[in-house]
Amino acid sequence: MKQITGADLFVKALKEEEVDTLFAYPGGQAIDLFNALYGEREIDVILPRHEQGLIHAADGYARSTGNVGVCLVTSGPGATNLVTGIATANYDSVPLVCFTGQVPTHLIGNDTFQEVDFVGITRSICKYAVMVRKREDLAETIKKAFYIAKTGKPGVVVVDLPKDVQRAYGSDFYPQEIMVRGYKPNTSVHMGQLNKALDILNHAVKPVFLIGGGVNIAHANTEMTQLAELTGVPVITTIMGKGAIPTTSSLYVGNIGIHGSYAANSAISNCDVLFSIGTRFNDRITGKIEEFAVNAKIIHIDVDAASISRNIDVDIPIVADAKKAICALLEKAKPLHISEWTDEINRWKKEYPIDMGKVGLTPQMIIQSINELFKDAVIATDVGQNQLWTTQFLDIDENKQMLTSGGLGTMGYGFPAAIGAKFGNPHKDVIVISGDGGMQMNIQEMATAVVYELPIIICILNNGYLGNVRQWQEMFYDRRYSSTCMRYRRSCEIGCNKPDHCCPEYTPDFIALAESYGAKGIRVTKAEDIKSALNSAKQNTKTPTVIEFIIDREINVMPIVPPGNSLNDMILESEEGRE
Amino acid sequence: MKKRWICLFVENEIGVLARISGLFSGKSYNLDSLTVGVTEDSTISRMTISLTSDDRTFEQIKKQLGRSVEVIKVVDYTDTPIHMKEILFVKVNHCTDADITELFRISKVFGVAIIDYDGTTVLLECTQTENRNDDLIALLKRKFANRIEIVRGGSVAVEAVSISER
Ligand SMILES: Cc1ncc(C[n+]2csc(CCOP(=O)(O)OP(=O)(O)O)c2C)c(N)n1
Ligand SMILES: [Mg+2]
Repeated sequence: MKQITGADLFVKALKEEEVDTLFAYPGGQAIDLFNALYGEREIDVILPRHEQGLIHAADGYARSTGNVGVCLVTSGPGATNLVTGIATANYDSVPLVCFTGQVPTHLIGNDTFQEVDFVGITRSICKYAVMVRKREDLAETIKKAFYIAKTGKPGVVVVDLPKDVQRAYGSDFYPQEIMVRGYKPNTSVHMGQLNKALDILNHAVKPVFLIGGGVNIAHANTEMTQLAELTGVPVITTIMGKGAIPTTSSLYVGNIGIHGSYAANSAISNCDVLFSIGTRFNDRITGKIEEFAVNAKIIHIDVDAASISRNIDVDIPIVADAKKAICALLEKAKPLHISEWTDEINRWKKEYPIDMGKVGLTPQMIIQSINELFKDAVIATDVGQNQLWTTQFLDIDENKQMLTSGGLGTMGYGFPAAIGAKFGNPHKDVIVISGDGGMQMNIQEMATAVVYELPIIICILNNGYLGNVRQWQEMFYDRRYSSTCMRYRRSCEIGCNKPDHCCPEYTPDFIALAESYGAKGIRVTKAEDIKSALNSAKQNTKTPTVIEFIIDREINVMPIVPPGNSLNDMILESEEGRE
Repeated sequence: MKKRWICLFVENEIGVLARISGLFSGKSYNLDSLTVGVTEDSTISRMTISLTSDDRTFEQIKKQLGRSVEVIKVVDYTDTPIHMKEILFVKVNHCTDADITELFRISKVFGVAIIDYDGTTVLLECTQTENRNDDLIALLKRKFANRIEIVRGGSVAVEAVSISER
């Protein structure tokens, strides 16, 4: 049998797993792996500028392609810089395999230079973490890592590779299949339960579908759309479920949750059957849990048994993959006669649309322009108001996808995720919608986007505030703007809560910064310039384009369910809007 | 709230105990005791876990354990006929003659072995159910306050062979 090093086996394994893109940042304990990758042509080895940017890019690549995202970093600080990205991806069930260099096995435990117990650090934030202690376990462990990352409820697997294992010679065998006795992802659908669920649905007077991220993860959007059209049952989504059916469909009601639409939240509060697929009913979507969908019989399909009956009591639990379940439902479902109910929902939609009710350079105008100008696109958001507006106003259909950090809500996610998405989708337009705060959390990746010639369009909605937190301070903390102003300087009055035209200049100058990286920069201050800016960004096919939109400083995300309230107890307009 | 018993078959690997105990602490589940030892198959360890929880939390705990890659099987022993024993050592210090007589009497009643003795200190060994050990400890605490040292092993449990379900 041919004897090869662990590092060479690592490269072979990546090829066997059909990895075409590797996000990698070198260092002492990974140098042998990089040596084995030198001159590699089958795998595109990408060098980002920071390991956090690296893993969010792998995440964006994975979400937008459906492939496993693969990371390679060195031990110690290289590994710890991955932590936020691991938690972010795992929380949203994104399949990643993260390889980390580690000090040689005989030095583990000695406080060796750049030694951290990375398996210990990540155990509670990933799906599986393992250190390869012996060269002969390497092939099987890598096989297992990919298998676990992409099956069942997908997630992050960490594989820690001590340097001596990378250097040791051993067999070049890489298995085609693997059995993990403690891991049996569900592959069937319990037809008895499904029939019960259908029976309840067929007798419903006011049914709704509530769709979470599970449908997008299972790539069951087409089937879900068919199911909605066949039954005529209105569809509500969580933020992660957005796009489960086209947002332009007449059956689509809107998002549920604390920034959901009035119609969606009212439909949930008034429905008699809540047919949910692939959501974990977290606190952001249920509002006051005691008053959540009180009149409804609840059916819950989820691939993860632990997500069912955890936050709410469920009448019909079904553990199954969303796509398999929806396909089975399609065979038996039939049209419902519920026009009174759909009329009522449509009335709510018409009476209380999500609309900022303002003219000028508003986030709504910006996002609606993106809807008009980009038909085949991946749109990544950052976190904060920019994200919430995007989830409210962005249209999604079969040719568009939205990437957002829903579970962890990680600022700094959007831009690097878009970079990863562009690597995976070179022929699609890739757009980032970010806040001014979050943009600065991974801005160093501008260099990555420039050197790899990625014409990403970066829309910064600059309100000069950590806007999402400021909004809470305005609404629920007496306008005490504590540490949320991004234009603050030493010269400012302590305790200021009134932005005006005298506020200090914003730093950095995003346009000059973009240009210093070799990207294009456009600043937009008037509504009439939105489309021309987006169009000229679209025409720039060689470098990224930063468009900085200077928006109203204190504009809010509305409607909102105040903390502790039930879903049907929303504040619909800002104070100012009511004047 | 109810007392529960779980038997867990896990991979006999480094880090599995940390994974299981970390799951309990990370999710704020309380744990009464956990014992672990290798089985007849040296690649598999068996844990006996006892805890007190409400029904909903307990269901969640079982599911969370079940979805861990390192866990091969979760068996709920709560309403199953099982044999269950816990090893307990109690050292009683500064004993008078009267104390020693009393300890011998207690040992008869509770089925406790006196396994070591140096004139003033007595070492008791007791392998009973957790409840029975609790009773013994309560009694000894009352009689020999501030003079006892206790080491409990945590329970191990196995399904009964002949006892039928009641
Ligand atoms: C890494 C991280 N730190 C802090 C937060 C808390 N947080 C949530 S939204 C937000 C404000 C974001 O400001 P900005 O990026 O300017 O976006 P805006 O809300 O103004 O659109 C903050 C600080 C977070 N979600 N992530
Ligand atoms: Mg901002």
